[in-house]
Amino acid sequence: MPVDLEAVCEIIERHGYQKASLIGILQDIQSRMNYLPRKALDQVSKSLDIPITTIYEVATFYKAFTLEPKGKHTIQVCLGTACHVRGGGRILNYLENRLGIKCGGTTKDLAFSLESVNCLGACALGPILVVDKKYYGKINTSKIDPILRKCKNSKLSDSMESGI
Amino acid sequence: MSYLLKKISDLRTLRESLQKSREKNKPCITICSGTGCQATGASEVVEEFRKEILNQHLGEEVEVRATGCHGFCERGPLVVIRPEMICYTNVEKKDVYKIITDTVLGGKVIEELLYQNPETKERIIHEYDIPFYKFQQRLVFGANGEIDPTSIDDYIATGGYQALEKVLTEMKPEDVIETIKRSGLRGRGGGGFPTGVKWEACRKAKGKEKFVICNADEGDPGAYMDRSLLEGNPHSVIEGMLIGAYAIGSEEGYVYVRNEYPLAVTHLGTAIEQAKQYCLLGKNILGSKFNFNIKINRGGGAFVCGESTALMASLEGRVGEPRAKYIHTVEHGLWDQPSNLNNVETWANVPIIINRGADWYNTIGTETSKGTKIFSLVGKINHTGLVEVPMGITLREIVYQIGGGIPGGKRFKAIQTGGPSGGCIPEGLLDLPVDFHRLQEAGSMMGSGGMIVMDEENCMVDMARYFVKFLQEESCGKCTPCREGLQQMGEILNRICEGGGKEKDIELLQDLSWAMVDTSLCGLGMTAPNPVLSTLRYFKDEYDAHIKEKRCPAKFCKDLITFSIDSEKCTGCGACLKACPVEAITGERKKTHSLDMEKCIKCRACYEACKFEAIIVQ
Repeated sequence: MPVDLEAVCEIIERHGYQKASLIGILQDIQSRMNYLPRKALDQVSKSLDIPITTIYEVATFYKAFTLEPKGKHTIQVCLGTACHVRGGGRILNYLENRLGIKCGGTTKDLAFSLESVNCLGACALGPILVVDKKYYGKINTSKIDPILRKCKNSKLSDSMESGI
Repeated sequence: MSYLLKKISDLRTLRESLQKSREKNKPCITICSGTGCQATGASEVVEEFRKEILNQHLGEEVEVRATGCHGFCERGPLVVIRPEMICYTNVEKKDVYKIITDTVLGGKVIEELLYQNPETKERIIHEYDIPFYKFQQRLVFGANGEIDPTSIDDYIATGGYQALEKVLTEMKPEDVIETIKRSGLRGRGGGGFPTGVKWEACRKAKGKEKFVICNADEGDPGAYMDRSLLEGNPHSVIEGMLIGAYAIGSEEGYVYVRNEYPLAVTHLGTAIEQAKQYCLLGKNILGSKFNFNIKINRGGGAFVCGESTALMASLEGRVGEPRAKYIHTVEHGLWDQPSNLNNVETWANVPIIINRGADWYNTIGTETSKGTKIFSLVGKINHTGLVEVPMGITLREIVYQIGGGIPGGKRFKAIQTGGPSGGCIPEGLLDLPVDFHRLQEAGSMMGSGGMIVMDEENCMVDMARYFVKFLQEESCGKCTPCREGLQQMGEILNRICEGGGKEKDIELLQDLSWAMVDTSLCGLGMTAPNPVLSTLRYFKDEYDAHIKEKRCPAKFCKDLITFSIDSEKCTGCGACLKACPVEAITGERKKTHSLDMEKCIKCRACYEACKFEAIIVQ
């Protein structure tokens, strides 16, 4: 996939070429491209004069960043304490089984990425599932398949092959 | 509208004119639009109200206001009609028309939308009579339900920036510090360090420049009061920071906020921009020659960044690894300059103390802990939400009076406070008064204010495992005791939960815990064993059952339980069969079903689906 280096430069410029803004720059690249492509990181390294090793150190330390492309749909399972005591862990296990991937992984057809989050602060609704930024509260295992099917039927994933 | 407030009297004039232009008795429909209520459809409700008011040409007579979090998240979306304070719960789009015609115009109360006491079935009309609110003391959090967080005018009209006014006209920086010291305010982020003492040390420290920082990296799972404050009343935090900066002698501030809180980032950003337009941030604030600016930094999703030195490293664009604290951050913090870091709730307390005085603040709370504290009451509790209570209130009052007890008639087992650094407090200690000192004595801590209630179906060994696993992932890895200690504890706890626990494991867990407490570099590692130590202290019988009898008393640990169907109770309705994702249940309609344990993945879907309690967990 070609990497839009112009967009990367634009982001760096918006942050005023500040080395201290490294995390903010990486966040903006991540939210634009869905992950941190190597070529984009090389560009950041060159523009800010920061060694690529330091950038990798930051990019792999913070949970917000990923070096691999993510799927079209992001599924987040909240594993905050309130969701945990209401069975959030079981929801994650179920999704891992259903999608055939581990937490943090992406299905081969790049349709779904499965993540866990440490508390979204909507504890009254626990256990919570977030699919493409939409919150599904008080979830149980029987409510999951219809949500996945809805994703499959959305226009976003016409060519999706996941066995849902 | 934008005002250039060039001098202090301009702010006063603006406030007076805002207050005059607002009719006190004008009906105002306030809709909670915090993250919790938005997730249940509050935005649609707000939109519908606006549309309907427009349709009925009521724009002049009735105001619609989307506010911050009201706290009673369990019953969201919440709508409160002022000035009568009629509170409607679980409001949907379809209820909007009726609310406007019946209540706002007709003065009639809609029974079915009122809060209903689950026990007495009594309906309650006014927000302040609902037990969830009645027993709270909402000093910091109160304005959340009243103001539109995106309107600086709302904040000013309700007395906002009055404390700043007072500080700039009547108080020297030293007086401000003295007031905060005398108030007894202690850090609300977890540490509980006296705020005034910290400010004083930072004021006295020598440096080219000084920084004030607001820690909004609210990482404790199950705690969300800081988010709600930033979302619902961002100006109170800005005002607190302004006062702190004036006292310390700082011109630059940072708010380090979790990236997972998009609404808080947006509202805070809007508030900062508005404050700048009004000249409440920037150069020569209100003509006082005091300069101050605030920048927002979004966190990268690392729990350890809630630790002050790690947070400052992250602000500098580096990985968030803590450093040893024999050199204090108030002397050498951000960019090696004197830096004062306080948490969101601490900052929001500051304007209140300045306005009402240290002596008044001192009357609230206990000997060692003054003021109120916001807790997020979550987990197995009827009234989930944010509660603000005076320090010294008992856990029993919080759980039963405010929280409405445990759902489903289940039995209370424990309450976890203090996040991953805290501990589990058992039923026997429910009458414990909540303050910094007493919680620590009980083997837990205040932390940032998460209170997670657990019932008989929660396994305490699993809880310890949950927190250890959480911290294992979040440990930055810099020091060995924390990195390796958590890894080893995690393996031992996994083993116990999976039925492979050994008799000596308990001793080993204790040894590892004390080694970590004594030798870890930062607070994360030093307090990480707390969940293990506190569950060992109060729930050792559960560990014993797992290890000696290979049994999970709470019937939670997957490897120690089996599922079967009670042939006497099963009606053959097919609900479990449909719910099972792996086709482990078979049976004809209206005949007893059977469950194949070979196929079963123990997901509990059948257990949740069965209405006849026919699924047996053993």
